[in-house]
Amino acid sequence: MTANGWLQFLIYFVVLLVCMRPLGIYIAGVFSGKYSFLGPLEKAIYRVCGVRDAEEMSWREYAVAMLLFSGVSLVLTYIFERVQLHLPWNPQHLPGVSSLLAWNTAVSFTTNTNWQAYTPETTMSYFTQMVGLAYHNFFSGAVGIAVAIALVRGIARRESKTIGNFWVDTTRACLYVLLPICIVYALALVGQGAIQNLHPYTVAHTLEHQTQTIAQGPVASQEAIKMLGTNGGGFFNANSAHPFENPTPFSNFLEMFSIFLIGAALTVTLGRMTGSPGHGWAVFACMSVLFAAGFTVAYWAEAHPNPTLHGVDQRAGTLQSGGNMEGKETRFGVADSALFATITTDASCGAINSWHDSFTPLGGMVPLTNIMLGEIIFGGVGSGLYGMIIFVVLSVFIAGLMVGRTPEYLGKKIEAFDVKMSMLYVLIFPLVILTLSAISVLCPAGLAGITNPGPHGLSQILYAYSSAAGNNGSAFGGLNANTTWYNTTLGFTMLSGRFLMMIPMLALAGNLARKKSIPPSPGTFPVNTALFTVLLTGVILIVGALTFFPALSLGPILEHLLLQHGTLFS
Amino acid sequence: MKSTLNIAIRYTLVTTVLLGIVYPLVVTGLAQLTMKNKANGQLIVQDGQVIGSAIIGQGFTSDRYFHSRPSAAGSGYDAQNSGGSNLAQSNKALETRIDSDVAAWQKKIPGKPVPIGLVTTSGSGLDPDISPEGALYQVPVVAAARHLPEATVRALVESHIEGRQLGFLGEPRVNVLELNLALDQLASAK
Repeated sequence: MTANGWLQFLIYFVVLLVCMRPLGIYIAGVFSGKYSFLGPLEKAIYRVCGVRDAEEMSWREYAVAMLLFSGVSLVLTYIFERVQLHLPWNPQHLPGVSSLLAWNTAVSFTTNTNWQAYTPETTMSYFTQMVGLAYHNFFSGAVGIAVAIALVRGIARRESKTIGNFWVDTTRACLYVLLPICIVYALALVGQGAIQNLHPYTVAHTLEHQTQTIAQGPVASQEAIKMLGTNGGGFFNANSAHPFENPTPFSNFLEMFSIFLIGAALTVTLGRMTGSPGHGWAVFACMSVLFAAGFTVAYWAEAHPNPTLHGVDQRAGTLQSGGNMEGKETRFGVADSALFATITTDASCGAINSWHDSFTPLGGMVPLTNIMLGEIIFGGVGSGLYGMIIFVVLSVFIAGLMVGRTPEYLGKKIEAFDVKMSMLYVLIFPLVILTLSAISVLCPAGLAGITNPGPHGLSQILYAYSSAAGNNGSAFGGLNANTTWYNTTLGFTMLSGRFLMMIPMLALAGNLARKKSIPPSPGTFPVNTALFTVLLTGVILIVGALTFFPALSLGPILEHLLLQHGTLFS
Repeated sequence: MKSTLNIAIRYTLVTTVLLGIVYPLVVTGLAQLTMKNKANGQLIVQDGQVIGSAIIGQGFTSDRYFHSRPSAAGSGYDAQNSGGSNLAQSNKALETRIDSDVAAWQKKIPGKPVPIGLVTTSGSGLDPDISPEGALYQVPVVAAARHLPEATVRALVESHIEGRQLGFLGEPRVNVLELNLALDQLASAK
């Protein structure tokens, strides 16, 4: 580890801290209808689509609209993939995508997962990437923000039957938050060297007289929303390790920054909309502690030399990054790769600038654990906040049990129904991951995907289902997942991880909105203190550890112990 | 429900046009107008022929050139098949591959430990850079193959070291293609 590595982490955090507050306040304004500078465009969309924007929805209506929109847009993307040969912007004449892979990919992008079981540059046309996939990058992000805002309204409102209008929330998230940032951001990426064109692939004749075909495409526009919307689906197979997607250390900084930006800002929005800014900061503090812990472990592990290599100079210095460089780019080195890996899995982004499969066992355990904790450390846009609020509800419930009082959260009594919905959310996630991982290690179709033998094989499978259930999309990329078994079960996992968790969430929002507000009393457990941050962090770690520690001990932890003794697997 | 479905269909179509088509085309237009070279991939043209991109690595095998890192993209530096090896640290195949690469280097430069970057595959398989350590390590081989004094080649490498961006971002590096082009120019100037 080097001082410069830590400096990069520190500067990253300070820049985030400075930028999140104005954006969070702006977002709160957007969803209370304060801004209308895009009014004509917004109104035109409502008029053409028949949206009655003045009417609000109950949580059930909200959920139905969300599900139908997701369903329709999923089908459209599936169709684009299948018939891409007959659509424009396909200069390489790539054929239609096979049905199973097209299904997996359509699900993957609709659910904000962006799991990729294919090599984009040889599979997807520019049209499919722009109109099918990048489109979902906008809307899976916007829907996440909308649902989170609906939940915050549920907390803030009293005796209300409605939680907002799905179409209005989604449209505003896109038009006022995502789109303006993306236009500026995409051009900034081009300025660093990210490409943006519709040309056919370039055939180059290299210095040593070889032929090199260089893939092209409208990359920067997709890259911007891929990161800002915590989607993570690469335009190229190598994702943000590819020099055309992430050309410089500065573009890398921007990409890491944009993963956390909205997630961090939403903690401010939470404080603002519920009238308790201190609560927003308490949640932010919990996220920050877990983020710093993850980075520390990942950086430490990756900077360590591999004990089984000989005749190799692995030391860090001013002339090389040193450490574990397998699967990492020279311009990023170990520090920026560990930082990116931590951020992309704290959030539900899943973009990568280095291959997690080639990380050291403990370095690779950090992204895996981050996903298993539910991607609530800043988290996906929207989904991070509502996932975190579930843990907040559990924390006040546990605090209530400790003192024997009915728990309250920002003036709302937390009752049986609320805790049931929260538990449903907390239980569906590991149930899907552990059940399907267990089946996969028992059946030949599952085992066939493993490419790294020994305990690491189990990690590959665990990572895949965690990533799919958490709608992350990163992978221990060696796993051969473009098979009937994995395309089908991972597709199912992604759908469960998104919608089976959003629906209890909206039910909770509806139920909270309905309640009366009660004034705080001396027995109320305050949710804006350091004590609360400690309790919340504890609850998250205990729930995560109790659920996943046994599986982790058989995967990365065992692998680490064996590797330290020089044991390799073939 | 039925009217909601109707809205969902119309909404999907309208927004697909706006964000799926208008947005990327506007960005493409602006990028092509203001930063054409970068938007097209910083292609390097020599004698009327594209010889590569300044930011996409390519493979070198001759001792007359500095070598790039090993690549797992296709059969090596396949720029329409980017990717990494995805070998785990505990995978015997990784150790075997690194050992054989180390042996190959040490045959040329006996006794000196090989910088880690030169025997590990990158994330993209298209890494345009090597570490300054990795470049300086190769100086004796290239100098001998080109019959140049080591000091000349070393000075060329040092002039091609790109420091951390803004002084603190990323890692110092050397662009292999640009270094090798400069090396060719050095030879033709003589």
